[in-house]
Amino acid sequence: MNIPENLLYTDEHEWISVDGDTGRIGITDYAQHHLGDIVFVELPEVGESFAMRDAVGVIESVKAVVSLYTPASGTILEVNEELEDSPELLNEAPYDSWIAAIKLGDKNDLNKLMNAEAYAAFCQNLED
Amino acid sequence: MKYTPNPSSVVDEMLQTIGCSSLDDLFADIHEELKVKDRLNLSSGMGEMEVRNQLKYLAGCNIDTENYPCFLGAGAYDHYIPAALEQLLLRSEFYTAYTPYQPEISQGILQSIFEYQTMICKLTGLDVSNASMYDGGSSLAEACSLACANSKNKNKVVISDTVHPEYLDILKAYALSGHMEIVVVPGQDGHSDIDAMVKAIDNETACAVIQQPNFYGILEDPTAVEKAIHENKGMFIMSVEPLSLALLKSPAEWGADIAVGEGQSLGINLSFGGPYLGFMAANKALMRKIPGRIVGQTTDLDGKRAFVLTLQAREQHIRREKAASNICSNQALCALASSMYLSLVGDQGLKDIATRCHHLALYARQEFEKAGMELKYKQPVFNEFALKVNNPVNANRILLENGIIGGYELDDALLLAFTEKRTRAEIDQLVAVLGGIK
Amino acid sequence: MPKLIFEKHVNNSNPFTLPTCDIPLPELSETIPAQFLRNESIALPELSEVEAVRHFTELSTRAYGVDSGFYPLGSCTMKYNPKINEWAARLPGFAGLHPYQSEDTVQGALQLYYEMQEMLAEIVGMDAFSLQPAAGAHGEMTGIMMIKAYHQYRKDYKRTKIMVPDSAHGTNPATANVIGYEVIEIKSNERGLVDLEDLRTKMNDEVAGLMLTNPNTLGLFEEDIQEIAAIVHDGGGLLYYDGANLNGILGVARPGDMGFDVVHVNLHKTFSTPHGGGGPGSGPVGVKSTLIDFLPKPVVVKKGDTYGFNYNLPLSIGKVKNFYGNFGVIIKAYTYIKSLGAEGLKEAGQHAVLNANYLRHQLRDDFNIPIDRLCKHEFVLNSKKQSDYGVTTLDIAKRLIDYGYHPPTIYFPLIINEAMMIEPTETESKERLDEFVDVMKAIARESAQETEKVLNAPQNAVIKRVDEVTAARKPIVKWEAP
Repeated sequence: MNIPENLLYTDEHEWISVDGDTGRIGITDYAQHHLGDIVFVELPEVGESFAMRDAVGVIESVKAVVSLYTPASGTILEVNEELEDSPELLNEAPYDSWIAAIKLGDKNDLNKLMNAEAYAAFCQNLED
Repeated sequence: MKYTPNPSSVVDEMLQTIGCSSLDDLFADIHEELKVKDRLNLSSGMGEMEVRNQLKYLAGCNIDTENYPCFLGAGAYDHYIPAALEQLLLRSEFYTAYTPYQPEISQGILQSIFEYQTMICKLTGLDVSNASMYDGGSSLAEACSLACANSKNKNKVVISDTVHPEYLDILKAYALSGHMEIVVVPGQDGHSDIDAMVKAIDNETACAVIQQPNFYGILEDPTAVEKAIHENKGMFIMSVEPLSLALLKSPAEWGADIAVGEGQSLGINLSFGGPYLGFMAANKALMRKIPGRIVGQTTDLDGKRAFVLTLQAREQHIRREKAASNICSNQALCALASSMYLSLVGDQGLKDIATRCHHLALYARQEFEKAGMELKYKQPVFNEFALKVNNPVNANRILLENGIIGGYELDDALLLAFTEKRTRAEIDQLVAVLGGIK
Repeated sequence: MPKLIFEKHVNNSNPFTLPTCDIPLPELSETIPAQFLRNESIALPELSEVEAVRHFTELSTRAYGVDSGFYPLGSCTMKYNPKINEWAARLPGFAGLHPYQSEDTVQGALQLYYEMQEMLAEIVGMDAFSLQPAAGAHGEMTGIMMIKAYHQYRKDYKRTKIMVPDSAHGTNPATANVIGYEVIEIKSNERGLVDLEDLRTKMNDEVAGLMLTNPNTLGLFEEDIQEIAAIVHDGGGLLYYDGANLNGILGVARPGDMGFDVVHVNLHKTFSTPHGGGGPGSGPVGVKSTLIDFLPKPVVVKKGDTYGFNYNLPLSIGKVKNFYGNFGVIIKAYTYIKSLGAEGLKEAGQHAVLNANYLRHQLRDDFNIPIDRLCKHEFVLNSKKQSDYGVTTLDIAKRLIDYGYHPPTIYFPLIINEAMMIEPTETESKERLDEFVDVMKAIARESAQETEKVLNAPQNAVIKRVDEVTAARKPIVKWEAP
């Protein structure tokens, strides 16, 4: 299970990378593995604002549908439109395939997330 | 009569195998006080001949459209069903099958649904059709529900009261969910009040709904409603009569996002109101949103064309408490009947049938006017119109005495429908009887 | 590979002809204003009658029904569909009735409706029935609407939640959500039954009711049903009975006596009407007297010697379907109940349970049965023993196709890993069951010794396994002309 050091994680298996005021969000290797073949991603609209843990999108696989919850509050700056035609990228490279970029509303939100070590332990716990 | 094949000696043997001494042992987990004492209070079973007589007796207590010319419509129509269709539907591989969840053993059913979806797309001009739904009314309610669920801040449904009154009743019942606010706009002179509908549409309106032809048989021009609802980023929904689409502008041509309707006209028995066929088609943007099941084309491991239920992730068995619809079936056999019907009559045949229905209605209108009777509304129609009569209930009674099943009773009129089964002689008699009582 | 019907099109080959008719035949352009007329062509296929007949006959040979063979689909009750039922539904005196004919011209149909309402009420122990819902899920929706209308009528607006066990069919939570309720999941205990402690903890004055299937989806009877009912009723909630598994107690016990307030039954399961490849079904709803006023309208009533509709139900939830329900399906179920009678229905329920327990007993050595005790009409096994060889439940299901069987329900209920849910129904003989056992044992053996055979199944079907991923990623949902 790949869990990069430089990201923050939620207990719904989203990741966020932070660069200044901008966050990029995606789903983890654990998430893509458990979802199976991802067939569709519904992206948010640029300019929409969300509170922390709001559902910003939907990810469909052959056997499941899950909401994508934003790890932090903010406004959507950009979405990865490549996923609309190639949702399989989320399976192939979950950490390279960001889903949306967000202008962070409140950086304190980040303090409530897990670091790589904590998330690894969290996943381990789920597997046991 | 019974359909349990194991005689008591075999039952005893099986009980012994599993370590039970009697059939009662199998229900040891049910408290005695919950068990039916002795037996249910129902009659004893009957042999097949006896049952047959009972059913024949009940059927014989009815007056049916097979033996009486029928001018009733109002959402259910007495069309001809080709003999080949009735025979084909008796193939028990079709009718005794379950939902095609296992594609390798269900290609025939899956392909038939794929063909049905294609035909519905052709009729409506839209991009995607589901595998069918319960009936016209519930399909309309599901379409409105979809429109409301699809947008965060819109929950208003603006609908004309020239839609079938039962469809309105169903929509109101579905609105018990609290997810839809229904705004019924009264019509005028038998058609939708387009200005009032446009006024009622605002940025909280999820969808606007028009029926074509409307409940009174009249053709509606929804152009302004379509424009207004799209300006407000809502959806335009049309409820349409599929046979009429052989002649009339398709929902896609009117700019509809979703088309629904009752498919009974396409080869399905009247059967006292059901089972019928709800259809739903939508534009491409809604492909992953429309409720119900959908069949898609794919390939098998050898690369052969194959069909499979797809886009199921939206369905209730996966989304459970997040599902926007709870529908988990379709009217597969009715959908199959409709695609058989469309295949047996063909492209030209469908146009011919629709044209004949229209011509017969026009002929009747002309003859009624010649007989000095008055139409309730004068607008263009497809195959149905309202004729003024003083006492509709009485008029229907007298028609029945003359061997005719009359029209749908409005306050001061009879709504009369004309199908290709009607003849000039039947219409002449209808006119003569109604002309005699006015 | 059969062609699609569109690929068989031959210009001008369709022979369809209308009768002659000597009325004026004006051009459409004279009778319908241009703005209403269709411009785009429809382009339906044109075929000769014989080619159309062969097309659909070929499709039928690529389908599998109960008449084709054993169909042990758990939760679906694929019992034999008696042919007399089909005959009855096609009588012109039924099939040729328009729903808006006057009551005096449809007395036979109304009598059938009325008697059906009464018989179903007796079978499940309810006070009144509506035959309007078109399917099980539609019946659920109708029932939950009535529960909502009941609480609203009592001005008890704070009940915004419905409880559903974690073993429930997906339709239960979906229905509650669709009607605007929040879903509270109730845990199952280690015996596969509702966890009473969890239920007690979660029942409060915000809960409108509990939806329960009994026997549940593991095929187990909820033995504590009276206590469950008391907990829910004491908290001011109502009990909904999902009739999907009624066949497991048919004629032996009644939901009404267990404390349920509203019930739906699946005529296409318990009462032998065919599934039609996915429908039409019929899902009548029965209620106790507390909910009668909220039934959909109209209901059929008897006045003296005649039958009629009662639309005068001011508290009714309204309508859930056009007209009165799936009459054609109701006729078949009526015929079935009349054929079997009181004793026959009970025997059907008993033999359904016997057949399920017999199969469970015969398969327990070769397959893991997570809850291996007395079941009702169905039971759940899984592929734990076969997983050592990399064989999954899906593989076993596909291998059954090679042997000529329709596979059981798989991957449900969700609370059992790799579930395979087997429901033989009462209409299977011991010989059929023994054959099935032999085949299952053969597949168990193959899983260990000839694993590839199982992993690559089916080999004998008209197609191999399909690419579901591409179907969902790049959907092709209609035929396009080349």
